[in-house]
Amino acid sequence: MRKFVGERAKRLITKNTIAPLVTLSNCQTTSTLSSSNYCCNRSHLPRLPSSLNFPLRCYSVMASKGASPPITVESLNPQVLKCEYAVRGEIVSIAQKLQQDLQKNPGSKSFDEILFCNIGNPQALGQKPITFFREVLALCDHPSLLDKRETNSLFSSDSIARALKILDQMPGRATGAYSHSQGIAGLRDTIAAGIEARDGYPSDANDIFLTDGASPGVHMMMQLLIRSENDGILCPIPQYPLYSASIALHGGTLVRYYLDEATGWGLEISELKKQLEASRQKGTTVRALVVINPGNPTGQVLAEENQRQIVEFCKKEGLVLLADEVYQENIYAPDKKFNSFKKVCRSMGFGEKDIPLVSFQSVSKGYHGECGKRGGYMEVTGFNTEIREQFYKLASVNLCSNISGQILASLVMCPPKVGDESYDAYFSERDGILKSLARRAKTLEDAFNRLEGVTCNKAEGAMYLFPRIQLPKKAIKAAEEANRAPDAFYAIRLLNSTGVVVVPGTGFGQVPGTWHFRCTILPQEDKIPAIVSRLTDFHKKFMNEFRD
Amino acid sequence: MPRKALDYDQINENVKKAQYAVRGELYLRASELQKEGKKIIFTNVGNPHALGQKPLTFPRQVVALCQAPFLLDDPNVGLLFPADAIAKAKLYLSYTAGGLGAYSDSRGLPGIRKEVAEFIGRRDGYPSDPELIYLTDGASKGVMQILQTVIRGPGDGILVPVPQYPLYSAAISLYGGSLVPYFLEETANWGLDIHNLRQSVADARSKGISVRAMVIINPGNPTGQCLSVDNLQQILRFCHQESLVLLGDEVYQQNVYQDERPFISSRKVLLDMGGPISKELELISFHTVSKGFLGECGQRGGYFEMTNIPPQTVDEIYKVASISLSPNVPGQIFMGTMVSPPQPGDISYEQFLRESKGILESLRKRAHMMTNGFNSCKNVVCNFTEGAMYSFPQIKLPPKAIEAAKSAGKVPDVFYCLKLLEATGISTVPGSGFGQKEGVFHLRTTILPAEEDMPAIMESFKKFNDGFMEQYEEQRGYSRM
Repeated sequence: MRKFVGERAKRLITKNTIAPLVTLSNCQTTSTLSSSNYCCNRSHLPRLPSSLNFPLRCYSVMASKGASPPITVESLNPQVLKCEYAVRGEIVSIAQKLQQDLQKNPGSKSFDEILFCNIGNPQALGQKPITFFREVLALCDHPSLLDKRETNSLFSSDSIARALKILDQMPGRATGAYSHSQGIAGLRDTIAAGIEARDGYPSDANDIFLTDGASPGVHMMMQLLIRSENDGILCPIPQYPLYSASIALHGGTLVRYYLDEATGWGLEISELKKQLEASRQKGTTVRALVVINPGNPTGQVLAEENQRQIVEFCKKEGLVLLADEVYQENIYAPDKKFNSFKKVCRSMGFGEKDIPLVSFQSVSKGYHGECGKRGGYMEVTGFNTEIREQFYKLASVNLCSNISGQILASLVMCPPKVGDESYDAYFSERDGILKSLARRAKTLEDAFNRLEGVTCNKAEGAMYLFPRIQLPKKAIKAAEEANRAPDAFYAIRLLNSTGVVVVPGTGFGQVPGTWHFRCTILPQEDKIPAIVSRLTDFHKKFMNEFRD
Repeated sequence: MPRKALDYDQINENVKKAQYAVRGELYLRASELQKEGKKIIFTNVGNPHALGQKPLTFPRQVVALCQAPFLLDDPNVGLLFPADAIAKAKLYLSYTAGGLGAYSDSRGLPGIRKEVAEFIGRRDGYPSDPELIYLTDGASKGVMQILQTVIRGPGDGILVPVPQYPLYSAAISLYGGSLVPYFLEETANWGLDIHNLRQSVADARSKGISVRAMVIINPGNPTGQCLSVDNLQQILRFCHQESLVLLGDEVYQQNVYQDERPFISSRKVLLDMGGPISKELELISFHTVSKGFLGECGQRGGYFEMTNIPPQTVDEIYKVASISLSPNVPGQIFMGTMVSPPQPGDISYEQFLRESKGILESLRKRAHMMTNGFNSCKNVVCNFTEGAMYSFPQIKLPPKAIEAAKSAGKVPDVFYCLKLLEATGISTVPGSGFGQKEGVFHLRTTILPAEEDMPAIMESFKKFNDGFMEQYEEQRGYSRM
């Protein structure tokens, strides 16, 4: 059969006007692909005659050696080599090694467990998932449960109803299929409705792109915006290193603006202007402004008036506003309120035509903390159709985000309501987590502020504290000798003597000459006193060893 | 006058140039027609569940239990779930401190990676190291990660088969590299001719391209061929001589529909060869939960395994993985159930076997039905789908049809596929999305429509095609006089 078909095809090919097979002498014509689907950097060249329309023709000739071996570290993409991601860097490797040691030889250290305070990963530290969300996910993962009577005694009635509704939103009720590249339409409707309820302004499901966590959305934006190192992205310092890493990976330039530690990590428009002007003078085209609200690692919640100024600034300077709003549910200061940038823009009368705005949301943060699900979305507004098609194309290359994550994103934006069977349980789980986080933030903040030479701003929101440590000169010298940044030196010492994993401030950026570390507020409440006492003991000893 | 923030002409050129036909013009038109109420048969994407394939029961039970671990404490859990699914869920939850709700190691849960390594070891007869296995959100993410790591600029070339799965062309374009095509021989059942390959590399080098890597898709997408051991050895030797890293897209390894040429992994062939090459050739192999009998596309689970990759490079790949924090954990659990399914004696074994065999046997029948159907059509020739999930018939378009396409401003195969879509609701992907020789036209369909629907689909295709050919062919015997 196979042979027959092959022969038939051969006959047809030789009979017709089909180009000859690739031969040694005739590569241009035969290698021409029949449409423009083969892509390469040739836009800068004049259109070639079609007989020369061969991808390899369009590059300037570069010296090439028969490189060997193929992928040594020297021959990797330099942008890959350049990027850094401190949250999972050297300290985490040391911590993993310590953890293995502890498993092999319990009792071999002065601590009995490693506490991972380096990363906002609440469930890894014992936070329980919200029951309703998990009920719905389990039912959607295994829909045949819905046909069984016993299910009614094991699941809440509203979780069953919600699962049925979600299944009906999936074409063919197929939970194992690739979805639309932006995410399942019905789920996007739910999310848009959730945004409307939050902001009091309309939201369009077509503006929502569901993503595997918020990070892929950020990467996508960087990929779109950055053309070369001449393109700059304004980022807060300190910043969540996803931004610096993504900008480096995509070959752009990080344009720093400093948050003011003295005013509780305030974001000053004068600073934005100053940095923008300075980088423009250097020839950088600044494309976008990143704002993380509530702040990571800094924990500040922006005041509405400040947000208005930021919006005005972006509009005036022609910047895309990238609003990282993944901590929108994590607000601990009673006098603070989260306002989305979308709401602020609309309340100023700015619509689609006025400002390009991307808002990122995640299922990993908030009270739910479902990091492992990799769910999230971005809402993109203020972009024309041509550019939105590019968004869609980029999303489609990776087919779609994972369905569990998509479902969860819709649940997070539309949780149970008063009167639903699960409402009370949901409310008390949620409230319990948020109140406990607020208490933990306060306890740790107070503890840090009691340490010699340490000052710590309040965590108004998010999941982190970012205390500043005045390191003695002797410690800085010892760090230099150990070939480490002083704050990394401190953090590694801290890890080795307490088992507490924090991230040195260098990973986030800081005013030169100042030293910080980031510590999550996520260890379970019963562990906090022990952490405080271990930290305090360590810090005392450290200061005694290095005090000038 | 405020500056414009983001004009179309100010976005990254590499992004604009990337094309991804599987979800391109045809798909968008099909979605529109569907909204208008027309019945659409989506055969454009290898997405089995969307066309009615039922998920395997056991993996779904395990994942549901992991999602809702409180069920495990309920005395009635046994009424809804078999004991082996319960045991498996408990095992998988023991692999992670935070269940499905916590980021895992950026490379994936160590316990699952160990299961993958054992699976590879059983498959190839050579042990595999879990430290060199990275779990990913579907295979595509892994491919993109690796290409990003390898490509430094337009001077770096990646050898890609043509026709190819457009993920490769899109990703190479996004990362600013050069696609170096090598043509598969349709007349030799889409075989890979090593001379063509040499020519492609020589040609690229003469243009100043440093060729870095070679992609093979085995079984082929969209072409469906299974590579022979001989062919794989040639490829491996070639990559070794030319210092290329081999990227083995092996996501269809369970989808094989003939017995003469079973799937054999590049890694096994390499290690069987022994000698220096087996310790030197750099190989990265990709796999997924989206294909095979699982077909769990929506879960985005996958892995890649690295062989002979220098440790420093592995570290860099780890770093890039860590920026995305971790692959989704439910997808990792699906991967676990795929590589370590129920065993003889387990309660769920019979059912698992029945379901998985049922799917593969039916796919085998459908592969035949589709190839035969296409070959019965006028001006259509089609190689048999030896593996994977696609049929890639050549459509011999009459000159008049090509003219009509041109005046409609369409690529000829796009023109044909759009007409097919409008007439029959069958949504395919034009061959130009995968690459083909000039003047030759194809389309890709999946073999995934339900077995019972297949005769009607092929009949409706034939009716459309033969009518189309009649309309555009020179009408012999007709005289204006």
